[in-house]
Amino acid sequence: MAASEHTVLQLSPTSSSSTLSAKVHPLVIFNICDCYVRRPDQAERVIGTLLGSVLSDGTVDIRNSYAVPHNEFSDQVALDIDYHHNMLLSHQKVNPKEVIVGWYSTGLGVTGGSALIHEFYSREVPNPIHLTVDTGFRNGGGTIKAYVSVNLSLGDRQLAAQFQEIPVDLRMVEAERVGFDILKTPMVDKIPSDLEGMEASMQRLLALIDDVYKYVDDVVEGRAAADSSVGRFISETVASLPKLSPSAFDKLVNDSLQDHLLLLYLSSITRTQLSLAEKLNTAAQIL
Amino acid sequence: MANNSNTATARSFLQVASTEEVAPPLRVVQIEGLVILKIIKHCKEFSPALVTGQLLGLDVGSILEVTNCFPFPIREEDEEIEADGANYQLEMMRCLREVNVDNNTVGWYQSTLLGSFQTVELIETFMNYQENIRRCVCIIYDPSRSNQGVLALKALKLSDAFMELYRSNNFTGEKLREKNLSWVDIFEEIPIKVSNSALISAFMTELEADSPITQCDYDRLQLSTNPFMERNVEFLIECMDELSMEQQKFQFYYRNLSRQQAQQQAWLQKRRSENMARKAAGEEPLPEEDPSNPIFKPIPEPSRLDSFLITNQISNFCNQINGVSGQSFSRLYLMKALQES
Repeated sequence: MAASEHTVLQLSPTSSSSTLSAKVHPLVIFNICDCYVRRPDQAERVIGTLLGSVLSDGTVDIRNSYAVPHNEFSDQVALDIDYHHNMLLSHQKVNPKEVIVGWYSTGLGVTGGSALIHEFYSREVPNPIHLTVDTGFRNGGGTIKAYVSVNLSLGDRQLAAQFQEIPVDLRMVEAERVGFDILKTPMVDKIPSDLEGMEASMQRLLALIDDVYKYVDDVVEGRAAADSSVGRFISETVASLPKLSPSAFDKLVNDSLQDHLLLLYLSSITRTQLSLAEKLNTAAQIL
Repeated sequence: MANNSNTATARSFLQVASTEEVAPPLRVVQIEGLVILKIIKHCKEFSPALVTGQLLGLDVGSILEVTNCFPFPIREEDEEIEADGANYQLEMMRCLREVNVDNNTVGWYQSTLLGSFQTVELIETFMNYQENIRRCVCIIYDPSRSNQGVLALKALKLSDAFMELYRSNNFTGEKLREKNLSWVDIFEEIPIKVSNSALISAFMTELEADSPITQCDYDRLQLSTNPFMERNVEFLIECMDELSMEQQKFQFYYRNLSRQQAQQQAWLQKRRSENMARKAAGEEPLPEEDPSNPIFKPIPEPSRLDSFLITNQISNFCNQINGVSGQSFSRLYLMKALQES
């Protein structure tokens, strides 16, 4: 029922839908993919509820989701409403701040049945968001789109609802914290330890510094066109390093080093004490 | 007919379950990326409050697969609410089963503060779970450490020897020596593997941000570790105090024990000389033991469990301090090199 965009009818955008945008956390994508992988045999898509909150600036923060079983015949959709309510209650017990903000469906774009489901969710929450995740990779990429419904009316008469796309912002910070390396590959044998992670970070930093060097050299030698904004960024970065006299800097570093060495020493001595006590304990018992 | 075959398969399952007694030891915990994200979300949102949740998955040979999880609401000390919690758990399992999620409990997860998780409660929870599920793990996540760009996930289980001892509730020095059990052997850490479905890995490759440097790198290169170290040392000192209290308990016990032994010796000496006198006088000797005498009552030995746990805790803090200072060293040298260049 998604009406075509070329229409002579008047659209009546509800509230501030033009500035509305959605923030999607990676967990939601993971959840949807998992549900899709585990969908029943005959089902073509999965649909479910999105939970989250509306931020003060109108962005919708989608933080969690759960799948809702449904049945689809030709143009009818039957949603398990009991299940939906049960699950909602359970989720709210854990985190009462997360409320319904919309619903999701896998597949590319909006389909006919979507309007019916959207209507159901409109009763649960005003102006729900419809998120579609293309798990079939139909146009070569995992497209994630969010829509809001806009009423199409002629005078006082409701004619149809139009799904209007809104910008989606993927909040990947959490995923970054975990590390893409872990989330990207199908199998990781071991969680990287502290020092391994450190090494990777340093290598990346080195690569970045090399890149900057190369860029600056290229510009100086006239091989690349100078971009003043990049230049400004670089000079800002260089300026953000505090200017210290070498002796002051040495003192700073050495102090820090000594602090850590002391801590290291203390913890090692504690450990030695522990193992010593352990040995003494068993020895005392044997006597 | 269908019913019949169903019962037949059910019975054969039962038979299989009962015949297959010797299970291979648990070697690897395989976690889905989804579960990691869910755990992190739950623990972060409620940090610094400590939260727990249930892990669902499958037990396949020597691998324990964790494919999903759900959070528990924050516990409250109220019976009515506790019953509510049990209901919640059942309801959630039922709901998840309906969307084809594995509904086998394989353990639970919990958040911790700076790795201070080795408590008697943890062991009790473990024993409770172990009663119902032969194989269960506890996944520990430390939100405070993840701010430094470390994925602080740990999968733990209790060692079999320790569980046996705990069941008999016998933590005397003698028993521990018999079993050759020291504080290192209470918990066993199981290596974690992370797996993702092909679909998710495709999505992540597609959606990966272009920036060459990630939040994780920023966190790791953060120079200030002082607050973290301070907290760690504070906890360490607290543990030390507790440990010395435990030590005092033991000293007290040994002092009492030796005093009692001395008393027993003296009493025996007296009895013997008395018996000699009686023998000389031609009377029956008195028995050399007197159970009614209070000095023969054995003094109960204090349990070593607490001191074991505290020791574990201390070594944990030491490890953390070592790890973090190691990192800081590399950071400092990096900074030095940067400044010089």
